[in-house]
This record gives sequence, structure tokens and C-alpha cells, in this order.
Amino acid sequence: MLKVENLVVRYGMIEAIKNISFTVNDGEICTLIGANGAGKTTTMHTISGLIKPVSGKILLDDVDITKVPSHKIVSMGLAQVPERRRVFAQETIEENLELGAFTRRDKDGIQEDLRKVYDRFPRLEERKKQLAGTLSGGEQQMLAMGRALMARPKILLMDEPSMGLSPLLVKEIFRIIEEINKQGTTVLLVEQNAKMALAIAHRAYVLETGMITLEGTGEELAKDPRVQSAYLGG
Amino acid sequence: MSGVVMFFMQIINGLNIGSIYALIALGYTMVYGIAKLINFAHGDIIMVGAYLSLVLLNTGMHWSIATLLSILGCALLGFTMEKVAYKPLRKASRISLLITAIGMSYLLQNSFQLIFSANPKPYPAFINLPSLKLGSITISSNYYTTFIVSVLLMILLTLFVKKTKMGKAMRSVAEDEGAARLMGINVDHTISLTFIIGTGLAAVAGILYSNCYTIISPTMGSLPGIKAFIAAVLGGIGSIPGAVLGGFILGMIETLVKAYISSQLADTIVFLILILMLVFKPAGILGKNVREKV
Ligand SMILES: Nc1ncnc2c1ncn2[C@@H]1O[C@H](COP(=O)(O)OP(=O)(O)OP(=O)(O)O)[C@@H](O)[C@H]1O
Ligand SMILES: [Mg+2]
Repeated sequence: MLKVENLVVRYGMIEAIKNISFTVNDGEICTLIGANGAGKTTTMHTISGLIKPVSGKILLDDVDITKVPSHKIVSMGLAQVPERRRVFAQETIEENLELGAFTRRDKDGIQEDLRKVYDRFPRLEERKKQLAGTLSGGEQQMLAMGRALMARPKILLMDEPSMGLSPLLVKEIFRIIEEINKQGTTVLLVEQNAKMALAIAHRAYVLETGMITLEGTGEELAKDPRVQSAYLGG
Repeated sequence: MSGVVMFFMQIINGLNIGSIYALIALGYTMVYGIAKLINFAHGDIIMVGAYLSLVLLNTGMHWSIATLLSILGCALLGFTMEKVAYKPLRKASRISLLITAIGMSYLLQNSFQLIFSANPKPYPAFINLPSLKLGSITISSNYYTTFIVSVLLMILLTLFVKKTKMGKAMRSVAEDEGAARLMGINVDHTISLTFIIGTGLAAVAGILYSNCYTIISPTMGSLPGIKAFIAAVLGGIGSIPGAVLGGFILGMIETLVKAYISSQLADTIVFLILILMLVFKPAGILGKNVREKV
């Protein structure tokens, strides 16, 4: 589904991503775990086309999207739930969801997906005329997820969905991620919360200061002593 | 003339110049909201609009076609200005953008001086509808036309931004450009469209203004431009209703000061308002305390 090859990304002189390669297979949950400043958000932004890499390739279903502008990437089936949600605070919940479907023309399909999002997150429907800025952190996370789903993506990128949420809410969010995946959406999940991420991931990579240092199945990495000492407090 | 009649006349003058300021302020505020750029050349678009329409009217063209073409010409100029001068600097510092905008303003003024000379030219006003009589007050047609046209355009613009898909794209780019990109919004197109609309409105303002004052010159845009900028700041830069409110408040204050205090002091007071606003309520009357983009 998604293939990243020898990606290098720089901010001026700082090399934030130093030649990483990884693959997300069709239908799986793949996770990239890493500490603060490892380069997780940079990787996500580069895949979505917000930052252009110095070198390397990004392939979406074997199509090279490295130089494709960000707005076209969305219509090619890749959506992102960005770090810190970034909902449009001054728009209502419904307007936020409609913006998620910006690239689509199929009115009926959009209505259908809006229905699905409201069924998945009933709290959003109750508050649909409310400004998104008035929502709690957890509700904003749900809105950001619903908004990305409105693009009807083949692959969904999620950047630290657990950030700033209570343990109970984190559980709920991860349950929903699994559910979305089971219904056919491929997921690339970036997390600092390694325990939760590895528990639901089919495959995982460890990102350390811009390099991939380990890879394996979620289970394998959860058992790996290096991962345990660095990320699982074990 | 009785005091009451005189006061009403001043109110009408204030609404007239206020609607011009509001039309110009809309362009300032929309461009600022979306591109985070104070386009100091925006005032000069009024002048370009005025000259374009003068040239076209002098060919004997019907005013409606001349007006339409002048608006399109200014919109094209706004589009080109953004692509050539501002887009390459989108990642540059704010000060580089500001200097470029000031340079653009001088470029426009001086090129028009070169072509048309610095001497003011008479403008063939074409708004000749019957005057409106309200008791002992007579309102000439260019005054009420200016007001009606401006208000109509403001309503249309508000509906456009609120209801249409492109309008929604504009709002989301203004709030968070990166997130807007993640929605699949073409930010370049959205910025271009904003410049096109803003400069188109400025062209209308220029033509209405010329119909009221009937003299145009290459520097005619700078003072109304600066005042409209103050109006935008007063209302809350980035806010569309703010620009309209700021424009009318400023036009009204300026007119009343001119009539009742001193015509020399009018501009001083307008600038004083800007300074006081920046000191005490930098976000403006309707502005939100938006976080600074880093
Ligand atoms: N806009 C920027 N300009 C310069 N350096 C940046 C920029 N954004 C990120 N960096 C640097 O790039 C590196 C990777 O940052 P990134 O945000 O990708 O990390 P992250 O893994 O997402 O961290 P976190 O878990 O804190 O979100 C860091 O060293 C950071 O300081
Ligand atoms: Mg991050």
C-alpha cells in the first residue's frame, strides 16, 4: 500500500530524517514508535506532501507521490489525523467533517459517510452545530478522526492520537482504530505510547533520531528487551 | 442650512467615504487572513482601476463594459502580483514580504506616472441617476450608488465566504494552512482567488471613488489605501465584518471631525486612532486574539 524508500528530510541544516525505509502492507496496522524529536511528525508530514524530502521516494500503491502536491495526495486515498488534532476551531463540527470530504464530489457517498461517522461517534452528532474549538480534547480527537475518514481514505495516517488523553479515552481511541482497520482501512500509526501501539499493530518500526533501528511484528517488538527498556519502562 | 440638516449631510458623506474604505479594507483583511501579508500595494489598485476605466471610457466604450473590464484587469493584476512578487517569498520573513509590498506600491505608482504623467486628470463620471430628495436634503446619485453597490458587494462576499465550497476553503486556510492542505485543499488556488476577489473589490472602490471626486492621479490610492488599512486594523484584521465595521466607523469619524473640529486635523485623528487601537486593543473590535503564526 505505502512504501517509503531511503527518505531524507532536512530543516535547513538539521537532518531530521536520515535515510529511512519502511513499508505499510494492505489492510494492516503498522506503527512507528519513537521518543520526542525522533522524527515521527516529520515523516508523516513528508508522506502527506506538506514537506518535500531532500531525497528518497514515497510510493502509494506503486505510484510515486514524492512530488505530488498535498491536495492531490488526499484524493489519491491518503488522509491524515495530524498531531494535536488541528481541528478548525472556528468552524462547527459538521463544517469540519464536510471539510474532510473536500476533494469528493459524490454527494450521496458523502452523506453516507457522514452518517457512519455520526454512528461511530454519537457525541459528534449531538454537538454538530457547536464550534469545534469548544470540544474537549477527546472529542476533538474523535472529530479529527471523523474528519479524516470523510475523505474515504484507503490508508489513514495517525500522528499520536493518544496525546493528552486520559488512559480510558486512549483505550477507546485505540479500540476505534482497530475497528476502522477491521472495516478495511489500512493504518499507519505514529506513537510515543509504545505499549498501546504495539498491542494493536500487526507490524512495527522503532524510529530513533531520524533512523529506523528495529522492526518486527507488534508482538516481537513488545517482547524485545531493547524496546522494553527504552519505551515500555521495563 | 439648519444644524440638523447639516448633520445629516455629514452622516451621508461619512457613509459614502466609509463604504469606499470598507470595500478596500475587505481586500486588506482577506489577504492578511489567508496569506498573513499586509499588501501595501492594495491601495494602488484603486488608482489602477480608476485609470483603466478612464482609458476605456475615453475610447467611447459603454460604462458597464468599461467597468467590467477594469475590474477584470485589476483582478488579473492582483493575481499576477501574488504569483510574481509574493508567492516566491511565502517562506521568507515577514519583513521581506512587507518591503516587497511597499516596493510593489511604488512600482505601480511610478509606472502610472510614467505612462499618464504625475498631473491629475479629470475623470468622466458616469453615474447620472436622479438625485434622491429627503425633505430638505438632496443626495446625489453617485453617493447613494456608492453606498448601495458597496453594501451589495459586502453581502455577496459574506455569502460567498460562508456558503460556497471555495469560501469554506478560504476560511480553513486562514485558520490553519497545514490542516487545510491535509483536507485536500489547494492552498495556492485559494490564495490566488483571495487576491483576485480583493483586487476586484478595490477596482470597484476606485471607480466609485472617481465618480464622486472626478479627479484622478497616480498617487490617489495611497491615502485611501492607508485609511482602509487602518479601518481593517480597527475592525480586527482578518475579520470580514470587522473590515466593514472599521471602514464605516473610520469614514464617519473622519467626516465628522472635518465638519465640526478641523479639516486639517482629520487625518491626524485617523492616525491617532490607529495608534490607540494598536496600544489598547491590537486585535481590533471584532478580531479574535489569534495566535501568531511562527
Ligand atoms: N519546522 C522545523 N524546523 C526545524 N526543525 C524542526 C522543525 N520541525 C521539527 N524539527 C526538528 O526535527 C526533529 C524531528 O521532529 P519531529 O517533530 O518530527 O519529531 P517527533 O518524533 O514527531 O516528536 P514528538 O514526539 O515530540 O512529536 C526534531 O529534532 C525537531 O527539533
Ligand atoms: Mg510529533
